[in-house]
Amino acid sequence: MMRGRVLIPIVVLAALLLSIGLVRFMTSAGASPRSEFLAATMSTEAVPDETPRWLVEISLPDGRPRVVTDRVDSMGRAVTVSCASCHSNFDANTARRSSDEPPMAFHQGLTFQHGNLSCVTCHNPDDYNALRLADGTRIEYRDVMLSCAQCHAPQARDYERGLHGGMTGFWDRTKGPQKRKSCIDCHDPHAPKFPSMTPTFKPLDRFLEPTGPGD
Amino acid sequence: MSDSDKRTISLPVLGEVSRRTALKAGGATLGLAAFAAAVSPLAGLRGRLSAQELMQRHYKELSADDKAKIFERLENEAKERYGADVKIKDPKAIPGVRYGYAINLSVCNGNGACMEACHRENNHDRSTNQSYIRVFEMPIGTTDFKHGDSTYTHDVPREGKYYLPVQCFQCENPPCVDVCPVEATWQEEDGIVVVDYNWCIGCRYCQAACPYHARRFNWKEPQIPAEEVNPDQGYLSNRIRPAGVVEKCHFCLHRTREGRQPACLEACPTGARIFGNLLDPESEIRTVLRTKRVFVLKEELGARPTLFYFFD
Repeated sequence: MMRGRVLIPIVVLAALLLSIGLVRFMTSAGASPRSEFLAATMSTEAVPDETPRWLVEISLPDGRPRVVTDRVDSMGRAVTVSCASCHSNFDANTARRSSDEPPMAFHQGLTFQHGNLSCVTCHNPDDYNALRLADGTRIEYRDVMLSCAQCHAPQARDYERGLHGGMTGFWDRTKGPQKRKSCIDCHDPHAPKFPSMTPTFKPLDRFLEPTGPGD
Repeated sequence: MSDSDKRTISLPVLGEVSRRTALKAGGATLGLAAFAAAVSPLAGLRGRLSAQELMQRHYKELSADDKAKIFERLENEAKERYGADVKIKDPKAIPGVRYGYAINLSVCNGNGACMEACHRENNHDRSTNQSYIRVFEMPIGTTDFKHGDSTYTHDVPREGKYYLPVQCFQCENPPCVDVCPVEATWQEEDGIVVVDYNWCIGCRYCQAACPYHARRFNWKEPQIPAEEVNPDQGYLSNRIRPAGVVEKCHFCLHRTREGRQPACLEACPTGARIFGNLLDPESEIRTVLRTKRVFVLKEELGARPTLFYFFD
């Protein structure tokens, strides 16, 4: 038990040192843009008091970009298909700017309402398993936050400072790790406006609904 | 615990029928009878006090030994009354830490997940949906509560409205502490204003003194199903409070003094809440104070809240 408690901080410290080393290596070798943006959020900054800090864990998307179709499987779940499974064979309609314009063909389950962007503003027409930046640089799907940050700079800046997007875990990272979401966990990248919500919980104050003597 | 400790003693004025009858029969004045009748509902509030509880001293006078005994008694009570196995701890303020909280009113959409998280984390009464937080739907252009509504149930956010979550601001200069006649509430080193629920006499002066309506009075014993009782409890924070005492938000000190985030922050789906150490210049909360347009409610009263609001 005690051994486990001692080991965990050591492992974290080692991971931290390793990642600092990696980032240095990547920047010197003309690294992908990812290292500059994400490194800033991933606790590689110099810590004056030398106290080891736990890492910030960011939930990044996994696998390939997929699209929601209009089909459901036998369990009632929406069927999704990898973009590349069709668009490796035929070209996309790059003129489309919104899902209000018919026809949507295979993208029936998709609401597309993101300013005046087209699909290939973010998706990479040379490889639909990846994304691209405004200057054409290919980026991996898991680096999607870089894509968002190109236009949403104030939000990206606040995210880096820990002021946007919330978190769970520890405020004091000398005591434990922090978990944070990525942009597309809260904002649907195809329709990024934060959705309307229904309040589910209301305290019953006594001036609202007396429930008995003394209330 | 010995047998003599278990014996219960009832307080003399609290509605013992025989005593009231005796007073009347003895030719007591009408005034006395009226007084007895007026205080008789109080009898239901605390039930019967155990001798140990009656003799319990102020939190600050308790030795480690005293605390161990008291916590054991409270844990047994929770088992008896709620059927729950709870663990009561007493985490101390972390040296060099003073807590600050900030809420981003540009992104808060009034969904109320914070209120529900507080309700569950802090073992509030299920029948009244009690919570230390209220979210007010406010018309744009004012911060005056009297224009606010905390009872809305429609989808949020609404056009022309903003949403203002209010809880204890852990003031640097807390008016509620000044008025307590028995020092049952005080400010700790890390800025959190706490209540010793076993020392509070339920006079509610603090409730009247608080300019932010942040304090609550327990009108009755909380009802919580055994499986919903949060067993991770602090003596000065979320342990199940007796009826007849005042309680308030304590920045989840049983969590935050272990370095964890408060429950309301973790629950917020919009990421509107920022918590941290005001004394650490690199902390998120200090970054808010340095880079955002920040304000506090009723600044002119001079209570100096440490819960701030800001806009992006």
